[in-house]
Amino acid sequence: MQDFYRQQASPIHKLDARVKLILALAFIFFLNLTPDGAWPALIIFLTVSFSIAIISHLGIIFVLKRSLIALPFFLAAFPLIFSGKSPHLPLQILPNLTIFYSPAGLQRFITIALKAWISVQAAILLTATTRFTDILTALQQMKLPRLWVTVIGLMWRYLFVISDEVTRMLHARSSRSAAAPGKAKGAGTLFWRARVTGNMAGSLFVRSIERSERVYTAMLARGYDGQLPASSTVPLTNRARLVIATGLLGLLLLWLFSLLSTS
Amino acid sequence: MAAIIEIKDLSFSYPDGKRALSGINLTVYSDEKIALIGANGAGKSTLFLHLNGLLNGEGQISVKSLPLIKKNLAQIRAVVGVVFQNPDDQLFSPTVFEDVAYGPLYQGLDQQTIRTRVERALCDVGLSGFSQRNPYHLSNGEKKRVAIASVLSMQPQILVLDEPTAGLDPRARRELIALLSELPQTMLIATHDLELARQLTPRTVLMNAGSIIADGSTDQILEDKSLLLEYGLL
Amino acid sequence: MLFSPPSSPPAMHIPDGFLSVWVSASFWIISAIVLTIALRKTSHSLEKRQVPLMGVLAAAIFAGQMLNFSVAGGTSGHLLGAALAVILLGPWPAVVVMTSVVSVQALLFQDGGILALGANIFNMAIIGVFISYTVFSVLARLIKKRPIGLLVSGFTAAWSSIFVAALACGLQLAISGTSPANIAIPAMAAIHALIGIGEGLITTGALTFLLATRADLLKPEGQAKVSHKGILGVGSLIAVLLVFLSPFASSHPDGLEWVAEQNSFLQTAREAFYNIIPDYALPGISNSALATIIAGLVGIVVVFAIAYLTARAEKRSSAIERLRD
Repeated sequence: MQDFYRQQASPIHKLDARVKLILALAFIFFLNLTPDGAWPALIIFLTVSFSIAIISHLGIIFVLKRSLIALPFFLAAFPLIFSGKSPHLPLQILPNLTIFYSPAGLQRFITIALKAWISVQAAILLTATTRFTDILTALQQMKLPRLWVTVIGLMWRYLFVISDEVTRMLHARSSRSAAAPGKAKGAGTLFWRARVTGNMAGSLFVRSIERSERVYTAMLARGYDGQLPASSTVPLTNRARLVIATGLLGLLLLWLFSLLSTS
Repeated sequence: MAAIIEIKDLSFSYPDGKRALSGINLTVYSDEKIALIGANGAGKSTLFLHLNGLLNGEGQISVKSLPLIKKNLAQIRAVVGVVFQNPDDQLFSPTVFEDVAYGPLYQGLDQQTIRTRVERALCDVGLSGFSQRNPYHLSNGEKKRVAIASVLSMQPQILVLDEPTAGLDPRARRELIALLSELPQTMLIATHDLELARQLTPRTVLMNAGSIIADGSTDQILEDKSLLLEYGLL
Repeated sequence: MLFSPPSSPPAMHIPDGFLSVWVSASFWIISAIVLTIALRKTSHSLEKRQVPLMGVLAAAIFAGQMLNFSVAGGTSGHLLGAALAVILLGPWPAVVVMTSVVSVQALLFQDGGILALGANIFNMAIIGVFISYTVFSVLARLIKKRPIGLLVSGFTAAWSSIFVAALACGLQLAISGTSPANIAIPAMAAIHALIGIGEGLITTGALTFLLATRADLLKPEGQAKVSHKGILGVGSLIAVLLVFLSPFASSHPDGLEWVAEQNSFLQTAREAFYNIIPDYALPGISNSALATIIAGLVGIVVVFAIAYLTARAEKRSSAIERLRD
């Protein structure tokens, strides 16, 4: 498992994490408010996303590659093409096969696909240009409950250690998953494979609970008394406020434009 | 002597670009016992993960003349048994029996054969009577033995062991070395334990930064103090 | 070692774009309220050592979702973990832990959207936990005999948590007008009835291991110290509502469509806007094709201008740095 932060010396990387968090959220919010078939607005949203990819020195290719992650879910919206609003038009695929599709449904499907694709790009840009620790600090400064931020912080701290552990367990299992001599491959029963996987999960949890007991001891040794450290709030600079205000205004205008640009 | 593992020009980089192996050439002959020594990060574990196809680098590997490709993985994994460094990663069943039986069960052997195999493997590592114990609650030395038994039950011809003596107290270490010297399999052992190499393996391979630096008789290599010092083994 | 992020059942983490903003916002509010209650309850009953326990267990559940077993044709079964979290931690801390898992998956690995996060938290952290807890505690009381009672309740809790969460997910998609109710709900239900079996088997396997090694972690008195009547009530209500509502909704897809129509305040907003700004105020814009081309051109020019300017600025600053050296 790897974290998707990419170190670069770009103006986007230097922005306050709160600014990026707010603007990314607003970007996705307004993008999703855009009506079906507002192609010009959707293209501008896409352009903004690509621009940020270029300005942040990540490159469009990086973002495109990562953004394929939302692809499998497109299946959920696919039936819209046939079940959308009437009228349903015939489409001849083979000489003796004609299907009926709904242009309105098709338009909605493409809109959903575009929105999903651009939204995921915004999330990728946020995480690739912002260290997770900075996002955590931002969440704390934005007054999210301290207990929750602490739990997420501890989770983040141990996530990579524990996922290495899982990788090693999976390696150990596959290296013993062999075929008997003369047979093509092994397997065992499905039920048994599922149970073994469960045993591995159980073993992982026992080890993690015991790890948390060691973590707790180490925290005590460093003076932890049940009180979580208070967050220090640094006020946003004027420049950061200006960036947020401009960004929000721009997004609002873009959304209004999207309302106009649908036929 | 017949070659049992042949590695030709093997190189591997992790997805983050870190080069872990470069141009490894190594031939292992039947019934050999080889120590693979090198400082942390020399590439020993990465090389081991290639021996049964858990990682897939550039170059050629063949085991018993079978090229290591996806089609042959299931066969090769039955021939090459890997014992991992941390037995907790390898043992994940509620009882010792189930852990040792995992390999034979996956191979789809019949109940009677499985039972015989498990008993035999536990007997080989000196843990007869442990089959209903919980692996999680065993001592470190016992866990290592169960891990070895869980591989022996598949009757592999080659044993690959990663740091078998790490974390053991002196007595457990001595007993483990004695156990390994009695097992008949071809062995490839990654270790920092030079004493183990001296006692167990006539041949030693020294690795550093993903390459093989020296390959020869254990006595010769361990004699060369300046070499060992240079590569962080003394 | 570097590996791709855990691939969890793809049908459960809804990405952005698939839920209407109205649905997303409602579930954000519901989830925020439940999380606030969960945090308050947790910090009241919090033993000091529970903070690291929750953090590390959240990491373990996240990483544990990489554990899989092959089913057939390249598909595989995974763990989601809500039921195990409930059995090990109790319901309120489990809500906190599962919310953390789902949030980090969205924020960091783009597994599930950010706007859709409220709905995803609702399905996987809140429904997952409430249903697991309800089923588990009712069944564990009925079947007192150990260990079989524990295993049966664990399996059923895990299966139901997945199944009911999937119904909720299907309903959300249908209400958003993304997927027709008569397709989305039966499809989600059928797929997750199967995925739920995997979850149940993995949960049972994990419980077997826990029983054999650290049975103390599963002591019933640890769970029953406080009885959570509220969760039991809400959990049963959600289960009953979703299980009975879903067949109804999927047999009356038009009803849901009607709901979706009513909720699309977009339509209203757009009409209002048209009334304020008459068509001729922005000539050409209402011509969709032309506007698209203009938008694209403007976008491309802007991108290249900005990229060019930043590149130049960078060059200058690095040149200055080199001079300084």
